[in-house]
Amino acid sequence: MSELVELTAAAAAAKLRAREIDPGELFDAYRARAAADELNAFTWVAESARPAAETPLGGVPLAVKDLFCTEGVPSQAGSKILEGYRPPYTATVVSNLDRAGAPLLGKTNQDEFAMGSSNENSAFGPVLNPWDRGRVPGGSSGGSAAAVAAGLAPWAIGTDTGGSIRQPAALCGIVGVKPTYGACSRYGMIAFASSLDQAGPLTRDVTDAALLLSHMVGHDALDSTSVAFPEPIALPSAERLDGIRLGVPEDLLGATGAAEGTGIDPGVMANFEATLELAQQLGATVQPCRLPHAPHALSAYYLIAPAEASANLARYDGVRYGLRVAGDADLETMYSKTRAVGFGPEVKRRIMLGTYALSSGYYDAYYGTAQKVRTKIAEDFRAAFADVHFVVTPTSPWTAFELGSKTADPLAMYLNDFCTVPMSLAGIPAVSIPSGLSDGLPVGFQLAGPAFSEGRMLDAAYALERAIGFDGRAARV
Amino acid sequence: MLDRAQVLHVARLARLELDEEEVERMASELSKVLGHVDRVRELDLEGVQPTSHAVDLAGVMRADEPIPCLTNEQALAEAPEPVDGGFGVPSPGPSGE
Amino acid sequence: MTAAEFEPVDRRPMTGRQGGGLMTDYEPVIGLEIHVQLKTRTKMFCGCELSFGDPPNIHTCPTCLGLPGALPVINARAVDFAVMIGLALGSEIAPRSIFHRKSYFYPDSPKGYQISQYDIPICRGGQLDDVRIHRVHLEEDAAKLVHVGESGRIHGSDRSVVDFNRCGTPLVEVVSEPDLRSARQAHEWLTLLRVTLRQLGVSDVNMDEGSLRCDANVSIRPVGSSELGTKTELKNMNSFRFLERGVDAEIERQTALARAGAPVVQETLHFDPGTGRLTPLRSKEEAHDYRYFPEPDLVPLLVTEEMLAAARAQVPELPAARAQRFERELGLHPDRARDLAFRAELADYYEAALAAAPDGPVTPVEIANWIPQLVERIRSDADADPNPADSRVSAAALAALAGMVAAKEVSRDAAREVLTALVAGGGDPRAVVEREGLGALSGEDGDGLAAIVDSAIAADPDAAEKLRAGNMKAIGPLVGYVMRETKGRADGGEVTRLIRERVGVG
Ligand SMILES: [Mg+2]
Ligand SMILES: [Zn+2]
Repeated sequence: MSELVELTAAAAAAKLRAREIDPGELFDAYRARAAADELNAFTWVAESARPAAETPLGGVPLAVKDLFCTEGVPSQAGSKILEGYRPPYTATVVSNLDRAGAPLLGKTNQDEFAMGSSNENSAFGPVLNPWDRGRVPGGSSGGSAAAVAAGLAPWAIGTDTGGSIRQPAALCGIVGVKPTYGACSRYGMIAFASSLDQAGPLTRDVTDAALLLSHMVGHDALDSTSVAFPEPIALPSAERLDGIRLGVPEDLLGATGAAEGTGIDPGVMANFEATLELAQQLGATVQPCRLPHAPHALSAYYLIAPAEASANLARYDGVRYGLRVAGDADLETMYSKTRAVGFGPEVKRRIMLGTYALSSGYYDAYYGTAQKVRTKIAEDFRAAFADVHFVVTPTSPWTAFELGSKTADPLAMYLNDFCTVPMSLAGIPAVSIPSGLSDGLPVGFQLAGPAFSEGRMLDAAYALERAIGFDGRAARV
Repeated sequence: MLDRAQVLHVARLARLELDEEEVERMASELSKVLGHVDRVRELDLEGVQPTSHAVDLAGVMRADEPIPCLTNEQALAEAPEPVDGGFGVPSPGPSGE
Repeated sequence: MTAAEFEPVDRRPMTGRQGGGLMTDYEPVIGLEIHVQLKTRTKMFCGCELSFGDPPNIHTCPTCLGLPGALPVINARAVDFAVMIGLALGSEIAPRSIFHRKSYFYPDSPKGYQISQYDIPICRGGQLDDVRIHRVHLEEDAAKLVHVGESGRIHGSDRSVVDFNRCGTPLVEVVSEPDLRSARQAHEWLTLLRVTLRQLGVSDVNMDEGSLRCDANVSIRPVGSSELGTKTELKNMNSFRFLERGVDAEIERQTALARAGAPVVQETLHFDPGTGRLTPLRSKEEAHDYRYFPEPDLVPLLVTEEMLAAARAQVPELPAARAQRFERELGLHPDRARDLAFRAELADYYEAALAAAPDGPVTPVEIANWIPQLVERIRSDADADPNPADSRVSAAALAALAGMVAAKEVSRDAAREVLTALVAGGGDPRAVVEREGLGALSGEDGDGLAAIVDSAIAADPDAAEKLRAGNMKAIGPLVGYVMRETKGRADGGEVTRLIRERVGVG
């Protein structure tokens, strides 16, 4: 049993295809672990999976963030307003993976509607970090990250809007990929901010991430914003980084950021610099690069994402599904009480913020301006990629923090996304890999590349991963 | 900065009932966040085109071909108030939409 | 089209009395916003089939039910139809347009927003007749809300039921400039728009079934002023008659306010056809802040050169142009030209008859004059607007009949009888004339017309005497006698000639 769960997903898939291990046995091993979850990572665990022997992934079970719709299975997006909701259809990404041989193991806890960076905003309770149960796993895909880090699942998928895959991956010591916007279908993903949301893998290593991602991407006729991935995503194999130029954005990591209170934790910074050192040893060139508008990314993000969310969450009105409160009162009362009871404080805050930013007289000043900043940020990255292959930053300014330590100050919580949001706005891919520990807690290293550079980006991440030699076994339950 | 009246107006637009304490808290929290995000307005963005999507995609359409629909039972499976094959709601006034 | 829409229309600019109110110093300014359901197979943003009158909630999917995670995809045919409408109205077609979200909470709106177009619509500008078009845009229809009273599960509370079958039906919204100056003119113009859309084949344009819905913006201003007054919006007038009555009532109300020195308040009004009263729906100020922003689930809509060319090829000759052609090239009276051209099936039948017309003296005007005669005979309670092509009278038969009248082979009165016989039994008019003995009596081929004229003079010597004395009016009773005797088969001109010859007044 324990040997089975020590296998990476890619290794397990290879053994399943070679019939060296039994898919039912593998599923049951993980099912038992997921069912015994003490981290509150799962909101629902499957009873069984159908055989998947003839498939590329052979039947390696998959943990799926709650907000992916799965037919007949609770899909609640971490919200009370969708408590017990079972959709009549399945998200494209989940059915793609099921067809490829990654059957559903369970649904994972998350910040409500993916709004949060600590998983403390779930209506179903916070998720605990397996490295230190007094700390948060990050968010919003905290359940998926914790489940993979703790070995409760071989791999998982989550969604990333401003850092919701990369940041929890960093805080839990695993790999997380936010693909190019449009690479994975959003159909069936319960929306937070439509122009930013993107599904991606959370895995133990880069190879698993590449394998899972290769079966997630692809054009979907049901998502108008999805595109065909231009080339197959191969498994990574690079051992060296010769000729690779890594750009360190001084606008994010230099004095500017620190001066404005977004300063990066010294332990995290030290680890980041050590990783750059390693990269150079592998042959990479490390050079400064400019992203002049990146310091404004967070502001633009906290206008755009709530604005879109305010409309995306208007459908939760107690009419067709989900919670209804005061159904015997008048319509307006039913609406406003249902939403008052159904949404948590962070979701309400963002609905309010987004509604305000779109409201009459404020659109140009807020939403319109934010969309222009977005243009500038995308231009910044294009200019940077003329000189460097990848932009690198620490994924999160700090390691996993204590439960409850940032909940009182929404703005402080938002600063978690300082290094991840620029890539989201530009729609470009980024990966977070574990780059070591600081005070016993994992640190994440982020690489971002041009649109659709996932293959090369994961190759570079793989070379780094081998050089770093991170050992995540301490977090396994 | 948001005052009480603005918070109440926005809450009404968003159909969110807020209690007294929430109104106060929203006013102060949102003001703080807006104070931060307001800095985007310092930038010179004259002549910059807004970006609504990172992907440069246009002209995506589907053929006018039918797909199988949900059954009435499926459509109503999660309805809080199913009535005669439909979704029961408190009667509203006229919409004017 | 209903019979009422066929009424002759007064197209003079309105002055004096209108809708019961004296209008000497104010003129109304009216613009229309028309929602047209497109006749595609599937909905605007999902593949659910369109339906009408089916049991509730059987044409839904995650997208049109607004389920979490579902996404919209644009229906290409709806875009084609919108382009055709734009071309028909002479609009500028945007090569790239944008969908927006228009937010409002209401049970008929499953997502809490409607996907519509805002600052960059698919069509801008244009003109139909003498009314300018402001814009034409694409959007989705709302669900249907049915009031059921207290019969629901929850007692003591007034309930409604939502049916999402209609939700997501493609809509085109046509917005006119405020170029209309009377309720009557608004009615006529909407009629023209309706027949134009029907001819395009893009909509059923049926007001009863809601595939055509009309709102009106109404204001008044002192005659001679070019400024616009405060307007009110009249919502969902669901018939042509109500549109006219509603707008008239509103003009009257605003005029009364103006006369009393009271301001018009900008508001949305609901016209109750029962009472003729206008009740406010909501006041604009307190009301809606739609929070428009670009729909992030969709990408910009493109209309390519190929799409434009294909749409152009599908736009037929439109009613207004056809009416003009009938008038200019065929010499039809403007009213007759419009009556035919505004109902494509009549115009098609007419043109088929023209094509089949025999050589000889018959003119296009004469053939056209027979179409209303035919329509009247085939109209029934069940079918107020019958298609003559569905009748037993072929276009060729009607043309032959008109030709026989023109060639004086059959009298006008007899021809009406022939037509009645053709409606009942079909066939060739010449055969009917032979069979029924309805051929014209000419007095020259021994058919006895001269003898009948003689007996008319003998039966009314008084009249003959007066006629001889120069009182031309006295010929009337004599002609009447002959016509009665011949059962209308005689040619009127020939009878007059014969009487005068016999009486001796040359
Ligand atoms: Mg509209
Ligand atoms: Zn549908």
